[in-house]
Amino acid sequence: MSLNNWQPVIGLEVHVQLATKTKLFSSSPIVFGAEPNTQASEIDLGLPGVLPVLNKEAISHALKFGCAINAEISEKVIFARKNYFYPDLPKGYQISQLDDPIVGKGSVEIKVGDESKIIGVTRAHLEEDAGKSIHDLYSNNSAIDLNRAGTCLLEIVSEPDLSSAEEAVEYLKKIHSIVTFLGISDGDMSQGSMRCDANVSVKRPDDQELGTRTELKNINSFKFVEKAIIFEIDRQIKELEKGEEIIQETRLYDSKKNLTRSMRSKEEANDYRYFPEPDLIPIKISKDQINDVRKNLPELPEIMKERFRSSYKLSDENAELVTINKETASFFEEVLSYEVSPKNAVNWITGDLFALLNKNDTKISESRVDPKHIAEIIQNIEDQKISGPSAKKLLEIVWSEGGEIQELIQKEGLEQISNDGEIEKILDEVISENQKQFEQLKSGKDRLQGFFVGQVMKKTSGSASPQIVNKLLKDKLSK
Amino acid sequence: MSELINLSLTDQILGLTDKSFSSKEITGAYLNEIKKKKSLNCFISVFEEESEEKALIADENIAKNKARPLEGIPIAHKDIFCIKDKKTTCGSRMLSNFISPYSSEVFSKLDAAGAVTLGKTNMDEFAMGSSNETSFYGNVLNPINEKLSPGGSSGGSAAAVRANLCSFATATDTGGSIRQPASFCGVTGIKPTYGRVSRWGMIAFASSLDQAGIIAKNAKDAAIALKYMSGFDQKDSTSLNEEVKDLQQEVDADQEHIIGIPKELIENIKNDQVRDSFKNAISILEKDGAKIEEINLPHIEYSLPAYYVIAPAECSANLARYDGIRFGHRSESVSSLEDLYVNSRTEGFGREVKNRIFIGTFCLSAGYYDAFYNKALKIRNLIKSDFDEAFKKVSSIAMPTCSNSSFELGSISDPVEMYEQDIYTIPANLAGLPALSIPSGTADEMPIGLQLIGNYLEEGRILNLANKFQKLTNFHEFK
Repeated sequence: MSLNNWQPVIGLEVHVQLATKTKLFSSSPIVFGAEPNTQASEIDLGLPGVLPVLNKEAISHALKFGCAINAEISEKVIFARKNYFYPDLPKGYQISQLDDPIVGKGSVEIKVGDESKIIGVTRAHLEEDAGKSIHDLYSNNSAIDLNRAGTCLLEIVSEPDLSSAEEAVEYLKKIHSIVTFLGISDGDMSQGSMRCDANVSVKRPDDQELGTRTELKNINSFKFVEKAIIFEIDRQIKELEKGEEIIQETRLYDSKKNLTRSMRSKEEANDYRYFPEPDLIPIKISKDQINDVRKNLPELPEIMKERFRSSYKLSDENAELVTINKETASFFEEVLSYEVSPKNAVNWITGDLFALLNKNDTKISESRVDPKHIAEIIQNIEDQKISGPSAKKLLEIVWSEGGEIQELIQKEGLEQISNDGEIEKILDEVISENQKQFEQLKSGKDRLQGFFVGQVMKKTSGSASPQIVNKLLKDKLSK
Repeated sequence: MSELINLSLTDQILGLTDKSFSSKEITGAYLNEIKKKKSLNCFISVFEEESEEKALIADENIAKNKARPLEGIPIAHKDIFCIKDKKTTCGSRMLSNFISPYSSEVFSKLDAAGAVTLGKTNMDEFAMGSSNETSFYGNVLNPINEKLSPGGSSGGSAAAVRANLCSFATATDTGGSIRQPASFCGVTGIKPTYGRVSRWGMIAFASSLDQAGIIAKNAKDAAIALKYMSGFDQKDSTSLNEEVKDLQQEVDADQEHIIGIPKELIENIKNDQVRDSFKNAISILEKDGAKIEEINLPHIEYSLPAYYVIAPAECSANLARYDGIRFGHRSESVSSLEDLYVNSRTEGFGREVKNRIFIGTFCLSAGYYDAFYNKALKIRNLIKSDFDEAFKKVSSIAMPTCSNSSFELGSISDPVEMYEQDIYTIPANLAGLPALSIPSGTADEMPIGLQLIGNYLEEGRILNLANKFQKLTNFHEFK
């Protein structure tokens, strides 16, 4: 994509589903994947005569987020009705917030490359989610599932401070890490616990005013956020360079075709006719309440990263890798509790374990290899009892069959041969079988060193210590 | 048996307790009377068998000396209160097929107090109307003169009490819907303080104004009934968490009264009979020892326009849930989602309901919100302050309930002329104050009501004053 001296201006609206036990205004439980319409009470169905009662847990979750981004907190929380008709919106209005959002101005810091950048958060407000319309279940009818109707959302609105798709992704990742570290959301984008709309426009660097923006809806993964924004910036630049104008409109991102297309224009936009929700009274938030939340805030990723850097001497990059989410960070710290080297722990977690998790499409919280397994594997390597390849093999076995590391090493015969004599005998065999190559090595063809080590490893099915093989080979060469 | 139905609630409780008669007898007597006076059209549904069964249970409880406070007393509920497994229509075609899966708090409380529910009374559609002519089930006839309107919206409840079809009836009042029909039918009606009675399960018209209350034969009966209906309910966030006073005791207590008279308003009453009768009522109370003070309510003249912005605005959102999707009337002639909405609502709602939805939608629209809705809220606050100021020197405020006695059915076709029926009743709703209407004379040979407005949570005080008046007069007596 060529920016051709255009400057993208991007703001994100992130909807985070809060991990409350019950819905925002009813006592219905929130369970993902339950049978349709089994998690909906008379309140969620919007039956005649029902009334909302605010879930206090949602307030406390929102306050945690507000404190975590050092935001202004509203002294009183007022809800408003946002009116529009849609079959999966049972009351014909959504209870949301307009004036006095619970969380006011705050900010987060993101890193793109080596640069840090502060991104403003305009506001974050509480609102109830709608249900789901399912259009592909029946040929002639649409189906409606109201299990999701009334679940708690925190809508986090950023300032238009983002200037590339990359920054947008970093910002989204930052919000994700904050809400998951706070434990106020599972942040699972694949299950819709985090959804994102993007406002995108482009302008010339010296333009004082922003260009006409479009709103991209329905972008539900980090990858799609990036692709949708890149596509949209490119589309807008092409339009403008053709001399066309950008129409203010809502556009839908089609992830299958990787493009955005017009959904409705500004003229067709709803007039939501907001007015204060008369069924709820304003909620007062006291200074004490805010201080209490602030005091009990869990360790946030930035602070944890800093602690990892200083206490465990991790590089910036490694600290970043293991604080990618709360689960990984606690997995890492649990591995360290077995007193293994932090660097090895990072390498094994973010290397081989992540690869296994990816391959099996599993979250680290559901990993079949636990921190003790990883720690014991690392200990065995550090004690030179097993080789790297054996360790990898062990990991695979634990994943598929489970078991105790020590027993598995015995059973699979993975114990490293660290007896010099035994290895020397095999090395001699290899040298006599490959005389020509040995002569070449001797005469300075260093590349062949790996060949000999490899041959020894092959003969010992990977159980020889490569360090010892190297050492013995060196001895023989210097003779 | 017919004399049983003429007895006051107080005497009925006494008679049941000392076993002078049984609940079976009194329930049977009311059911007979309901059949006999079917042409009055007071009821939308009658639960004949079920109330007979309930009466038997009540008699058993009385025999076992386990009588609850309203044990075996046959009552009626306005068809705005949801009762589990019962049709709850709100006087609308839209809900003519709606069987509620849950019960309103009003029903549950009176049911738990032992009352026998005879049936559900007719009403203006969604409580919007002042003559009972907007009901999908046809208008109710005034039992005193069947050519005349019983008033509305609680016309069914008022006429049922007047015609001796129940001991007392529940009702609701958003702008006068208890007091105006009570005035037209020559019975006693009280709308308590906003938040005194739970709105849970009471179908909403205008949430910030709607309040449930009682229509009864006299102030003492109303006090007893209201006592068992009142109280905090955590299912209603606007419900007041305040102690329920013993109204039964307070209604007969020895209290001193300072009655505020808005002089300008009284002098401007156009109907001589209404003005003279009001002055006569006040002089009766003054002779009995009440102090009379002139007060000023400077903003009260703006009540009607403010009300006809706020109430329709809230109604436009409250009635959005009737979309034909989940319950209620669904049009058969549908070929698109838009058709489903438009046709279901066009067929399901009557003209007056549509008028108000249009007015409310308009008032909340972008560009009009400040000019209408916000301004109306400001007026509402000014009216509240007027009352606060007045209650610094008086203990209750008196004015007529309505500017006229009952009118002929079909005689008012101009909606605005109909809206003016509520000119004296609306201020108490806007301010959230308790207010009642008691018969105080006649105009054109039909009853007219004296309205007493109390300070917040001072239902007991206005009931006490009303009871005093009823001890001195016989306007409230009927056979």
